[in-house]
Amino acid sequence: MSARTLRLIGWRLIQVVPVIVLATFAVFGLLQLVPGDPAAVIAGETATAERIAQIREMLGLDLPLWQQYLHWLGGAVRGDLSTSLITGLPVIDEVLRRLPNTLLIVFLALILAISIAVPLGILAATHVEGKVDRLVTSIASLGVAVPNFWVGMILVGFFALSLGWFPTTGAASLFEDPGAALRHAALPAIALASSGIAEITRQLRSSLIEVLSSQYVRTLHAKGLSQGAILWKHGLKNVSLTLLTVIGLVFNRTLGATVAIEAVFAIPGTGSLVVTSATNKDFPVVQGVVFVLVLIVIFCNLVIDILYSILDPRMNKK
Amino acid sequence: MSVSSEGVLRPLPVRRRRNRFVTWLASDTRAAVSLAFLLALASLSVLANVIAPYSPLEQSMDILAPPSAAHLLGTDDLGRDVFSRLIHGGPMSLYASFLAVSVGTLIGLPFGVLAGYLGGWVDTAVSRVIDTILSCPSIVLAIAVTGALGIGLTNSMIAVGIVFSPGLARLIRVQTMIVKGELYVDAARTFGMSTGRLVWRHILPNAIQPVIVQVTLLLATALLAEASLSFLGLGVQPPNPSWGQMLARAYAYMEIAPEQMYAPGFAILFTALAFNALGESLRSLLDPTRRRSD
Repeated sequence: MSARTLRLIGWRLIQVVPVIVLATFAVFGLLQLVPGDPAAVIAGETATAERIAQIREMLGLDLPLWQQYLHWLGGAVRGDLSTSLITGLPVIDEVLRRLPNTLLIVFLALILAISIAVPLGILAATHVEGKVDRLVTSIASLGVAVPNFWVGMILVGFFALSLGWFPTTGAASLFEDPGAALRHAALPAIALASSGIAEITRQLRSSLIEVLSSQYVRTLHAKGLSQGAILWKHGLKNVSLTLLTVIGLVFNRTLGATVAIEAVFAIPGTGSLVVTSATNKDFPVVQGVVFVLVLIVIFCNLVIDILYSILDPRMNKK
Repeated sequence: MSVSSEGVLRPLPVRRRRNRFVTWLASDTRAAVSLAFLLALASLSVLANVIAPYSPLEQSMDILAPPSAAHLLGTDDLGRDVFSRLIHGGPMSLYASFLAVSVGTLIGLPFGVLAGYLGGWVDTAVSRVIDTILSCPSIVLAIAVTGALGIGLTNSMIAVGIVFSPGLARLIRVQTMIVKGELYVDAARTFGMSTGRLVWRHILPNAIQPVIVQVTLLLATALLAEASLSFLGLGVQPPNPSWGQMLARAYAYMEIAPEQMYAPGFAILFTALAFNALGESLRSLLDPTRRRSD
C-alpha cells in the first residue's frame, strides 16, 4: 500500500467523524419527536405521578436539552447506551446479544444475492434484448416489487411445514452449533435476498451494457480480442466499482428489511428488538438499536470507500 | 384545430398533449396495463362500500372457511369475509403510499433546492445531514420514528415520508445544480428576477423531471413499507383491514388455512409492480437517451 493510499484512508477516517456526530444528534433527537411530555407518554395512560417523575429523572428529561445530549453522548462514548425501561438491563448488552443473529442472516442473504445476481446480470448484459435478457429483467422487476416477508411466509409453508426440510422458526448460535445456525438461517436469508438479487442484477446489467457498448470495447473488438477476453478482462473490471457501490446500498437495505423477516421466522435479532421496543415505547432501546445499526452502516461505507480508492487508481491521483 | 376570432390557435396544445399521452400508452403496453390496473384499484377503493359483498368488520361463526360461492376468498379467523377485507384494504394502501411520498417530497424538495441553489456552507451542511440519515436502514428508522410519533397508519406513513426525504433532497439538489448553470437562468437573473420567482418559474420546472420518476417508484417502496409496518403491527390498527395486516393474521393460522396468505400478497405485489412499471416507463419517456429496460 502506497503512502498515498494510506493518506487517503486517513482522510476518509477524518471525514467519518462529522457523520458520526450528526448521527448522535439524529438518534438523540428521536425522543424529541414524541408529542407532548415524553415521560408521560412512555409511562402510559395508567401511570402514577411518581412513575412519570421516575422516568423523567431516569432519562434526564428535567435537564436542559444540551445537558441531556451531553449526558447521553458521554454514556455512548463509554459504550453505555442507557438501560431498558422495561427490563432494566443495559441496552448495549441486549443489542450485542442479538446482533449476531441479525448479521448472520444479513450476510448470508448478501452472499446469496451476489452469487445469484452477478451471473444473471452478466447473462442479461451479453444477450441484450434477447429472450434471456427479457427473462432476467422480468425476474428482477418481480424481486423489487415482492414483499420479502411474504416470500418468507411462502418458503415456510413449502419448505418447513410441507417438506420439513428446515426448522420453521428460531435461531441458533453460529459459534455453539454452526450446523443448526445455518439451517435456521437458510430460509430467512433466501427471503431476504430477493430484493438484493433484483437490485444487483439490474445495476450490473445496465452498467455492463454501457461498458460493452463503449468506444474502447469497440476498439478491442477491432483489435481482434475475443468476446470472452473482453468481458472478463475489461468489462467486469470496469463494472466492479459499480458493483461495490450497489453492494453497499443493498447491505444497508437488507439490514433494514431483516426486521419483517425476523418477525416471520421469530428470530431474536435486532430487528425484532426494535419492533417490540417501539411498540412498548422503550425509547432507550430503540435509540440504542438505531445507533448501533447506523455505526455498522457507516463502517461498511467506509470500507467500501477505501476499497474504491484502492481498486480505482484514478481516485488516488486526485 | 380551429382558429378563434383573435386568430389564436387555441385547442392545439391540449390536442397535442392528448396525442402524446395516447402514443405513449400505445407504445408501452406495460405502462398501459399498469395504469389501467391502478385506475381499477382506485375506483375499486372509492366504491369499496358498494362492491364489497360484506362489511370488512362483520364477524360470523364461519371461521377460517375455504373459498366458496358465499365467500369468494374464504373467511379469516374471526369469520370476516376475506374478499371484502381485501377490497377495503385497497384505499388504505393507496392512502398510505401517497401520504408517505407527499411528506417526503414536501420535506425533501425545499432542502434539496436550497442546497443546490445556494451552494457553499448550506450545501455542505444539508448534504452531510442527508448522508447521515441515509446511513440508517430506512425501515428501522421508520419504525423508530413511528414509535416516537405514536403507532398508527398516518403516523407510520409520515415516518416513512421523513425517511424518503433525504433521497429526494439529494436528487433535486443535483438537478438544481445542473439547471442553475443554464444560460436562461443567468438571463432571467440579469433581467432582475427575484430569487424566489427564479427558483419557482425556471429552476423547479426544469429540475423536476427525475423527481417525478423517483416519486412514482417511491410509491411502490411506500406500499411495501406500509405492508411491512402493518404486518409488524405498527401501521393500520385492527379491526381495520390492510393487506400487510391480513398477511400477519393469515400467517398466524397458516397451518390451518394456508391459502389465505396468497390474495393479500398478490395484491401488494401487483400494485407495487404497477407503480414500478409506470415509473420506469415515465423515465424512458422523459429521458430518451436511456434505454427502456435500464
